[in-house]
Parts: sequence; structure tokens; C-alpha cells
Amino acid sequence: MIFDTAIIGAGPAGMQAACDLRARELSVIVLDEQPAPGGQIWRGVERNCQPGSELAQRLGAEYRQGAGVARSFRACGADYRPLSRVWQIEETGPDATEQCWQVFVIREGQAEVVEARRVLLAIGAQERPVPFPGWTHPGVMTVGAAQIMLKSGGLLPEGPVWICGAGPLPLLYAHQLRKLGGQIAGFLDTAPRDTVRRGLPHLSGALRDWKSLAKGLAWQAGLRAAGLRRETGVRQLRAEGKDRLERIRWETPEGEKTAPAGVLLIHEGLVPSVHPTLSLQCEHTWSDAQQSLRPVLDAWGETTRRGLFVAGDAAGIDGARAALAKGTLAAVGIARSLDVLSEAKAKQARAAGDRALSKARATRPLLDTLYPAPEGKISDDVIVCRCEELTAGQIRAAAGRGSADPNRVKSETRAGMGPCQGRQCGYTVARLIAEAHDMPRAEVGFHNIRPPLKPVSVGELASLGKAKA
Amino acid sequence: MFRPLPDSSEGPTVTVFVEGQPVEAYVGETAASVLLRHLGTARTTSISESPRAPFCMMGCCFDCLAEIDGKGSTQSCLEPVRDGMTIARQMSARKVVAR
Repeated sequence: MIFDTAIIGAGPAGMQAACDLRARELSVIVLDEQPAPGGQIWRGVERNCQPGSELAQRLGAEYRQGAGVARSFRACGADYRPLSRVWQIEETGPDATEQCWQVFVIREGQAEVVEARRVLLAIGAQERPVPFPGWTHPGVMTVGAAQIMLKSGGLLPEGPVWICGAGPLPLLYAHQLRKLGGQIAGFLDTAPRDTVRRGLPHLSGALRDWKSLAKGLAWQAGLRAAGLRRETGVRQLRAEGKDRLERIRWETPEGEKTAPAGVLLIHEGLVPSVHPTLSLQCEHTWSDAQQSLRPVLDAWGETTRRGLFVAGDAAGIDGARAALAKGTLAAVGIARSLDVLSEAKAKQARAAGDRALSKARATRPLLDTLYPAPEGKISDDVIVCRCEELTAGQIRAAAGRGSADPNRVKSETRAGMGPCQGRQCGYTVARLIAEAHDMPRAEVGFHNIRPPLKPVSVGELASLGKAKA
Repeated sequence: MFRPLPDSSEGPTVTVFVEGQPVEAYVGETAASVLLRHLGTARTTSISESPRAPFCMMGCCFDCLAEIDGKGSTQSCLEPVRDGMTIARQMSARKVVAR
């Protein structure tokens, strides 16, 4: 069967787009890596939001909102395939009478091909990797990872637990931990100290969504009231220990400090998941405000490859509410491109979607300014490529030896060739190249992304062709 | 490193085998989460053989690669626990010949 649309990802954007496309009676298949709908933001939302759940109460109203969206999604009639890993996306040849995409998936150890006339990537974001000494030690993980442990197993970190970084997520997670009785040894804030001065120009725009601002301030006030130790202007974080994390060290303008640590949770913002769009050679643009790449999209969410759409945080970091609006807009764009929606009706639907999106994005310029990507120097001994265990010194040496080309540095050093395919080191390698050649980060680009998008075993490859979805 | 919430002890559990030892796992958690709770690591690296633990828990760091039901290089953070699942750390580089 050829579906009208294959959606990859069942977070806010993917679920919303599926519901909207089904409402227009288009056939939809949804492929998602997770066992249940929700994406990362609403992970485990169906299980955690059972009546009387204390966890759901503590996780907050925005989390509980996901339960309703997941319910609509379950009922919308889309062919939903959880635990499905997409490892390749191809377009059928130019001689085909009608455009068709082939999405290659592994599910339960079996490779399958899904065919669809349009593809929507609603694959979200990942936390921005920021290397520092000791970040590969067991005991160091991201704030998002710890929050996933909470949402999918009801697990709290234990001690001494440190949170280090900047952005809404560490504040939210600290707030959630406090409400659930978790212990935090301290919060190390890496945002620059001149918050008020930098934030001021963006404040009036952000006030359009004063409720979100008030919530963020309430989290901070709650943490202060609870007597949480908080250090600001934190730089030069180090994780130290023999075979695992034992203590941390950091600097503030007042001097160097150290403390014993059992768990160190780090977070420096999010970056869109761009591996599939990079591998499909869609055009991308560099966002200075978010220090990351994003696919170039038209007003309907379509990439520079006809028939391939992107929605949600994969199109730029804007949060869950904006992801719902982007899902709606992409569904309008897809329906229009499949000629089931007239141009006039599509424009009308788009205007409503654009308004919702604009409101949901109101605080974003303020957040981007308050929590910029860290720019501190990465010392030569720090591991940059976690898979191939390459240090900043090795990357710098390679970067200085020849052209400012991430592919050259990749083939010389193997940075980006390990299992993660540069998801952890790609931006840092590009940044070190930009530094070595004294050029703007936007001009360096990213190394080429090759198939498969996820590791595939020979056995799984061999199973291809035995079954067609 | 991680402990269950006080009220999750009432939640459903399954039995998984971590390097041969039967342990209780909470329905909803992943093999990576079980490895973190019981061994604190998921693998040693193929280059320096240093220990690593799950880092991102959402499929993009590959530091949770482990042997799940005998299959190596599996992203254990993408494997929800199942009754009877076997979970083992992946030590250093994978070998062509099975041990």
C-alpha cells in the first residue's frame, strides 16, 4: 500500500499532523522509535497520567496536556508503528509517474519498506553536546536523560546530585525533583551573569506569553525558597574520578570550587535533529540565535526537496506548543500539495496556524538571549568525539593542516564516523574548524551524512524484501 | 545512582537478567535504565576500553550500546524491558567470532 503520508516521530508535531491529515481522510502511517506516543516532552504520558497519579501532578499541567493529544492520536485512525527505527529515506526515480518516497524501517529485527506520497519528519531535537573534561565519565549524563528516567521508570537520581547548565529544562527538572522529594546538592548556572541587561530588549515581546514567563519565575522562586544552593557565572566545569564521577570542579568570578558528586546532570539547550534532512541533501541554514542548523522550509513546512516536510523542534527549537502549531501547518501544506485542499482554504488554515505559532514563539528570542550556547575555550585534552575518543587537540591539529572542510577532518581523524555519526561531535568539530581558520561558524557547514541513519545489522538487512509493510 | 519514587514500588514489574542475575525492572523503563541502576555502566569503549554509561537516554549518543537478548551493539535506551530479557554490558570492541 502507498500511504498518502508517512510521519516519522510521534511527539507533539507528529501526533498533531497525523490527527489533522486523518481529519481530511488522508491515509497516514506514523513510525516512531519509542514504545508509546508522546515524544520526549510527553514521554510515558499515557502510563503516567492514569487517574490519581501523583507523578502526573508533579510533572505539571503542560505534561498532562499531552495525555489528551495522545488520546486523539490513538483514535485518529493513523497506522501507528511504535518501536520502529528509520534508517534510510529515498525518493523513487524521476521516471516514476507519481512522486513516491520509500522509508526503510527496522521493527522487531525485521527490515521493511514503507511507501508514501509525502514524508513528514517530526523528529524533534537533541540536547546540545558541549564537551568538558570528564564528560564521558559514568555518572555524567544530560538533564534530559535524567528526566526521561523519571518519566519512563519513575526514577530519581541520588547523590550528591548536581545540575549544571542553563535553560528552561534544568529549571523545570530541578522544580520537578524538589516536588517529588528528590535531593539536589546544587545548581550551577552557566548563563552569563548580565541577564537583565541582555534580556531587556526582548522582554516586551516575551510578555505576549506572560504566563510562561511567570511559570519560569515561579520555578526559580520555589528553588530559592527551598534553600537550593545556586552558583551563577559558572565556567570551566570538570568532572573528575577514576572509573566514574567522584567530584566536580568549577570556576566562578569569585574563584575555583570543588565538591563531591555522584551524579552530574548537564544541559546547554537543544539543537534540531537534522541527520535525515542532511542525508537527503536538503538545504539548511545556520541560526545565529540558536547556534545550530535547521532545514530551509517554505511557508508550508516543505523542505527544498519536493514532498518532504519538517515540523516541530526539528525545524528550529520552539517548544511543544509551537510544535503542535507546526504540525497543523505541515498537515495543511501536505493536504494542499496532495490537492485535497483548495488554495483559498489552505491560506485560511495557514493564517490561523501562523497566529498560534507566533504566540507560542513569543518567549523564544528572550530565551535564546538569556541562555546562549557556551563559547568557552575547549582545552586540548578534552574528548570531543565520544565514539572515536578524539580530543580537541587532535581535531585542532587536523583542522589546521588543510582546508576548512568538515569532511576532510572527518576522513583524517574519524571524528563523526563512530556509531553516533557525529550527533555528539559534529557541531564541536565545525566550531574548532571555524576557530582554526578564523571564519564564521555558518560558513563551515557540517560533514556529509551517509546511510544508514541508524545502525543496521547484516541479518536485518538480509530480511529486507521478505516483507513489505 | 537512581532510586525509584516511593509510590512506584506499587507499579508492575518484570524480571530481567543482568549478566545472569535476575532483577526486578519497572514496566516502562528501558534496558539502559536497568544497567544504570544495577551496574552503573553499559559498556567499555572499543578504543581505550574505558567505562561508559548511558548519556542521553534518547537514542543519539550511542554510549548505552549493550548486548540485549544476545544481540550486541543494541541501543539499550530504545529497548523497553520485557519479562525474561537478558541484558549484558558490551566490553571493548565487538568480536567477529561469538564468545
